[in-house]
Amino acid sequence: MATTPSLKGVILVGGPSVGTRFRPLSMDCPKPLFPIAGRPMIFHHVAALAKLPGMKEILIVGFFENSIFDRFLTEIQMEFPNVPIRYLREYQALGTGGGLFHFRDQISRGDPDQIFVLNADIASSFPLQAMLDFHLKHQGVSTILGIRVDRSLVSKFGCVVANPETHEVLHFVEKPESFLSDMISCGIYLFRKEIFEVVRAAIDQRQAKLEEQGIDDSTIRGGSERIQLEQEVLSLLTSAKKLYAYVCVPGKDFWMQIKTGSSVIPANRLYLQHFFHTAPRKLSNAPKPSLSDITNKADEGVAEVIQPAYIHPTAIIHPSARLGPNVSIGPRVLIGRGVRVRDSILLDNVEIKNDSCILNSVIGWDSKVGSWSRVEGAPGESTALNTTVKGYKIPSATILGKDVTIADEIAIRNCIVLPHKDIKASQHNEILM
Amino acid sequence: MKALILVGGFGTRLRPLTLTLPKPLVEFANRPMILHQIEALVKAGVTDIVLAVNYRPEIMANFMKKYSEEYKVNITFSIESEPLGTAGPLALARDVLAKDSEPFFVLNSDVICDFPFHEMAAFHKAHGGEGTILVTKVDDPSKYGVVVNKGTSSVIERFVEKPTEFVSNKINAGIYIFNPSILNRIEPRPTSIEKEIFPAMARDSQLHTMDLPNFWMDVGQPKDYLTGTGLYLTSLSKKEPGRLASGPGITGFVLIHPSAKIGQDCKIGPNVVIGPDVVLGDGVRMSKTVILEGAQIRDHAWLQNTIVGWHSTVGRWARLEGVSVLGDDVHVADEVYINGGCVLPHKSVSSNIAEPSIIM
Repeated sequence: MATTPSLKGVILVGGPSVGTRFRPLSMDCPKPLFPIAGRPMIFHHVAALAKLPGMKEILIVGFFENSIFDRFLTEIQMEFPNVPIRYLREYQALGTGGGLFHFRDQISRGDPDQIFVLNADIASSFPLQAMLDFHLKHQGVSTILGIRVDRSLVSKFGCVVANPETHEVLHFVEKPESFLSDMISCGIYLFRKEIFEVVRAAIDQRQAKLEEQGIDDSTIRGGSERIQLEQEVLSLLTSAKKLYAYVCVPGKDFWMQIKTGSSVIPANRLYLQHFFHTAPRKLSNAPKPSLSDITNKADEGVAEVIQPAYIHPTAIIHPSARLGPNVSIGPRVLIGRGVRVRDSILLDNVEIKNDSCILNSVIGWDSKVGSWSRVEGAPGESTALNTTVKGYKIPSATILGKDVTIADEIAIRNCIVLPHKDIKASQHNEILM
Repeated sequence: MKALILVGGFGTRLRPLTLTLPKPLVEFANRPMILHQIEALVKAGVTDIVLAVNYRPEIMANFMKKYSEEYKVNITFSIESEPLGTAGPLALARDVLAKDSEPFFVLNSDVICDFPFHEMAAFHKAHGGEGTILVTKVDDPSKYGVVVNKGTSSVIERFVEKPTEFVSNKINAGIYIFNPSILNRIEPRPTSIEKEIFPAMARDSQLHTMDLPNFWMDVGQPKDYLTGTGLYLTSLSKKEPGRLASGPGITGFVLIHPSAKIGQDCKIGPNVVIGPDVVLGDGVRMSKTVILEGAQIRDHAWLQNTIVGWHSTVGRWARLEGVSVLGDDVHVADEVYINGGCVLPHKSVSSNIAEPSIIM
């Protein structure tokens, strides 16, 4: 029996200048920390990595300020005390491959056998153990996670052509113009420690090309170390026949990209439904109301919750409210009499007044929705078999930024509302600046 | 005295409600529209009423028999084999209208107002002309045909169709009183009283106006039906305030049938009419809305500018607005949004109707 390989995990989080499509939510929260299913986006990555036997260390790599991750690191370290978790800050955007290469000494410290690299902006069931088992059986340097999608969607992603028998990757191309294969790359990679030699070779190759063209690389942002995993490194591995693809199991694994703000609604749903089957502990029922001043019916039981749902224990829910499915309710949220919430995320300290209805929406931190109001986004595509469809075909959820106030009795449908706005009249299909 | 009510055709403008009941029987403020007129006519001493219709009035006939007994008034139908316009039916009903020399009333069935028939009769007899038409003042006369008086007198000088510059803001309210001699001007063929008969009478200086002091509305289509409901309730608040609902949760003028059941924490009004046996759940909010008999509005629904047809149901957290009309026995699922939806009878609506449209 083979000994357990020693592992490291790297999560590539980028920085504040990327992820503009995540506005207005990224205006008040770094995208990697945006709560989905009650937990920061990259919590789910860390949890998946930390539970692998042999995981020695998890490194979060990006170019956000160090302080951004302080609280997150403290909290998550307490949750996973046996795996050190650190943040490594790039001082300039180096690209996904460049960041990895820049911190090669840190990543290689302790001489891990295998290195997982995960992009932050995805939601997935992270079938990492299955991927590792597959990886250990082939002779390549790297395994990428692939998923089959509807052929109309392939052109938006990195397309993978693999040998159906050996799963060796024959061709890898970003956003192909013509149809090559229905398999795409999920942005989840597993590398042997030799990977840094490949990255170095890719950097040398790129530099040689630039010199040939007479371009001085010191004028390029990120300099000579700026390199993309997806384009330069993977194509080099492919041509060296050292890249293999592990394919997500249909119906068991899920995966989607989180690019726009509205994609957090399907991501939230996927995680909650996943936990419903795998970790019901992460779901929750409404707590008993604890403040007598919001209810005079406290003895009449608790609010109706249709699972899956995540409700923070500090949220206060009137017993006549009806929540779920696919709802995440954040800390200190106050939900009034006769309120309905479905397929939505309510962030910290939100207040929803009596008889209002929240559907397919994200309600930003400290926002208030008046009585008898309706906040509604368009529901996602209902092609449930192919969850990546939800990932790409972005439903136009309604998103309220931080500290937005919605007046009584109005309807806000398919709108994006920037932070600190007072909305006093019904709106639809608008971006409210 | 006698009266003729121009009921006309199928009331297509008030569909989908008129797919279930003939327009005169559709309730307005919890009573069939035509009863508002019959009652006011009877009060003014009318003993014979002719309903001019151009479809077979079987459903109407039963109701009218009942009203005939209830109000002790003789109600007959004058059935046109082809539509005769607004004047032809007068000639067709000549037997009743010309049976004595007393003047008779003619009114359009779509019109709702305070019906000052007593005053009209007195005014008409006093000026001695052949006809008197009730006129109402409008803010924007350019959309209507207006009536121009001779100087400050009540005599009509001429009619101007859609005036481009201001000549008058008085429009024909669709309620008249005539001497039987008018019948000599009309033949039983399709004729417009407004376009053919009135101009001739005006030329002879035989037509007078009487100003209608209070509200007036043609309630022949849903939007105006709802506006008219508000005007009617405002008028009712002055005449018979005791008939309007009051108490916590009621705002503005609201008429609630005694058999209706209202849940906890509702907020109703202004300008709402709730019909017999209607059931409202908890936390329902409605304004500028009419709920017809036997409908059920479930918890936390929100309705504005909506007519809910007989025995329809509206689900929890549904939101209806923008002049939505549900026909008879329509069912709106929980959490559905309807904006300007017009839903034909016996349909179920389970997804949003975001923009005004007709659900067949």
